[in-house]
Formats: sequence, structure tokens, C-alpha cells
Amino acid sequence: MTRLLIQALCIRRGDRVLVPTLDLAVTSGELLHVRGANGSGKTTLLEMLAGLRPAEGIRREPEDMPLHWIGHRNALASHLSPIENLQFWCGVNGVDAAGVVPALERMRLPPAARRRPVRMLSAGQKRRSALARLLLVQRPLWLLDEPLDGLDRDGIAILGELLSAHVRAGGLVVMTSHQALPANLPSVREIELARGMM
Amino acid sequence: MRAVQALLSRELRLALRAKTDWLMPPFFLLVVVTLFGLGGKAHDPALSVYAPAILWVASLLAALLTLERLFRPDYEDGTLEQLCLAPGPLYALVLAKFIAHWLLTGLPLVMLAAPLAVGLGLSGTAVPTLVAGLALGTPCLSALGGFVAALTVGLPRTGLLLPVLVLPLIVPVVIFGAGAVRAAQEGLDAQAPLYFLAAILVLSLSLVPGVASAALRNAFD
Repeated sequence: MTRLLIQALCIRRGDRVLVPTLDLAVTSGELLHVRGANGSGKTTLLEMLAGLRPAEGIRREPEDMPLHWIGHRNALASHLSPIENLQFWCGVNGVDAAGVVPALERMRLPPAARRRPVRMLSAGQKRRSALARLLLVQRPLWLLDEPLDGLDRDGIAILGELLSAHVRAGGLVVMTSHQALPANLPSVREIELARGMM
Repeated sequence: MRAVQALLSRELRLALRAKTDWLMPPFFLLVVVTLFGLGGKAHDPALSVYAPAILWVASLLAALLTLERLFRPDYEDGTLEQLCLAPGPLYALVLAKFIAHWLLTGLPLVMLAAPLAVGLGLSGTAVPTLVAGLALGTPCLSALGGFVAALTVGLPRTGLLLPVLVLPLIVPVVIFGAGAVRAAQEGLDAQAPLYFLAAILVLSLSLVPGVASAALRNAFD
């Protein structure tokens, strides 16, 4: 059973306490939609879950559960093309780079845009390239920070398909979004982060 | 190993796309050394006495120019997050960054040093010592400076902080490097300072990547 347990987690940024204590469990086949006003600690929570920030009270079962992290920054070098960026990501993660072009195909990034430097792409095209990482390798936990940012209706629909396929296959998703989620997602749970919530 | 290779080839490819980044240090070295030659008296024998110091300081300052850009673009576009979360050890990736930095800025300086040294009137016997010293010393600067760059990557403005923190760290490198050349100029044995440089290099290559990766993880806090 894969799950993510959050027990008495204190979300803080520097000296400021954003959420004094948070208890939560996300189990396999569940999508957790984290909501909250700007500055309520959504990104900080995701960074803690990813292990980018030190945090006490987060347990992953199994402990070495691999995860996908798509932050609000796309992690694409602006002078390289989407293909080169993703090939580099594959190399660093020890993943076969043969999946790069099919993944971009699946995200419906036009062939010309795949070879253009990222700085010349639109915000939505960059987002699609970043999200293509989800298809390069299967990992049970997805942590997505504002994945819908910049995506058009078509892009949102593609992401919706990916999310529901992942959740149906028993994956876990924790994501933030200010927009409404794509329709027809299975087993969505929402939490709202607010100052001083218990 | 594959991760290191992937990072190295990415750095070199990025350098090919943004040529000014790595053309600046050799050009800076050229300008500084030429101005020293033009600014002094003609045929001044003192110039060859100061040549080791001029070349060493100019090379280190030239390499310093690019250190700020070592981790900052990766931090800003989010690549650093992906590197921190990659399955392999982060210090191996940091070491790959240092190697790429040295290949792009240190190595051109080492190759330029010999003709510039002859131009400054350094005696022919001291030139191999100078080149050997720079070949050992510039990787130290990439590592030690890279550590400071990692330490300051999360701060909004590091323009002044970086050189202020790097300069004390590289003082031993300059002392032994310039000292070796001076010894060779006077016909003495230059091996001892070169061995010291090699020791500093081994220490910085083995210890600094680990410390720098801890500093990088800290950048998100």
C-alpha cells in the first residue's frame, strides 16, 4: 500500500509560521487538490513533500517512493530546445531518452516547437514540455505546483487525461491550482490552507 | 556516471549557445596583461619580476567573473530542484558543474598564460612552472569559488559578496602558484610549491563538492 502520511506538520517560511499543524493522509488512487490564498503555504507544503525543504512529520510508505516534481518553474534551460532539455533530464535520472519525442507528441507540442530554444516558446508550450516529464518514467507520487498555469483548454484536457489515468492506476497526486480542475477526475479531495488552521 | 555525462554535455552545449559567457575570461586576461605592459615603462625589468603575480591575479579574477553564473541560471529556471531530487548523489553533479566551469574558463586561461608570460618578459625556464601552476590552481578556483556560488545562490544580490568571500579562500593558491614561478625565475627548485598546489587541488576536489551540495540544498529554505 503506497501512501503519504502528514502528521503534525508545521509549515513555515523562514520565521513565519503559515500553518501551525497539519494532519493528512493521501493513499494510493487519490488526488489531493491543495487550495488556499496566495501566500498560504501551498508551494512550501509541496516543497516539503518533495524533500526540497527540511520537514518533520512527513512519512512516505514505502520510504523510497519515487516522485515526480513539477514546480511552478519549468526547469527548462532557455537556450536549449524542449527535446534537449528532456534528454538531459533523462540522463540525470537514468531514464531511457527514447521516450522524449513520444512524450512531447502525447503533450501535443508541435514538431517545430520541440526543436526551438525554449526562450522562444509560449508559456503554455513551456508548461507542456515540463509536464512531458510525467510520461518519461512511471513514478507513483506526483507533486504538481500549479500545473494548469499557462495551459490552454486542449492542454488542460490532456493533463486531465494523464491525471485520471495515473489515479486509476493507483498513483498518488498532490497538486495546487487556483483554477478549477479538469472535469471528470476520479477521487479528488480538496483541502484549503488558511492562516492558523488546525 | 551517466548523470555526470549528461550534465557535462548539457553545460558544453549551453556554452556553445551563449558564447559571451566563456569568451569573457580569456579576453579579460588579455586586456589586463596588455594594459600592464602598456602602462609600465618600456623595457622595464621590473615587469618580468611582477609577471607571475600579474598573470596569477589576472587569471583568478578572470575566472571569478563567471562564477556568479555557475548555479544562478539553474536556480532561477528550476533545474536545480530537479538536480536535487535526482536519484544519484548531488555531489557528483556538483563536481560535474565544477569540471564544466574549469573546461570553459580555466583551461583557456592556462593555454593563454604561456604566450602572455613571454610577452611580459618572463624567462623561458619559468614558463612551464607557470603553466603547471595555473593548471593546478585554476581547478581549485572553480571548486572553491563554486562553493561560494552555491552558498550565495539563494540570495537576491550577490554582486559584491561573491568576490569578498572567494578572495580569502584562494589566497593560498596565489601564494604557492606565484611562489613557484618566482622560485623558477631565480633558478631554485619549484617542486615544493607545486606539490602544495596539487595537495590543495586534491583537497578541494574531494571535500568541496560535498559541502557545496549541502549549500545548494540550503538555497530552498
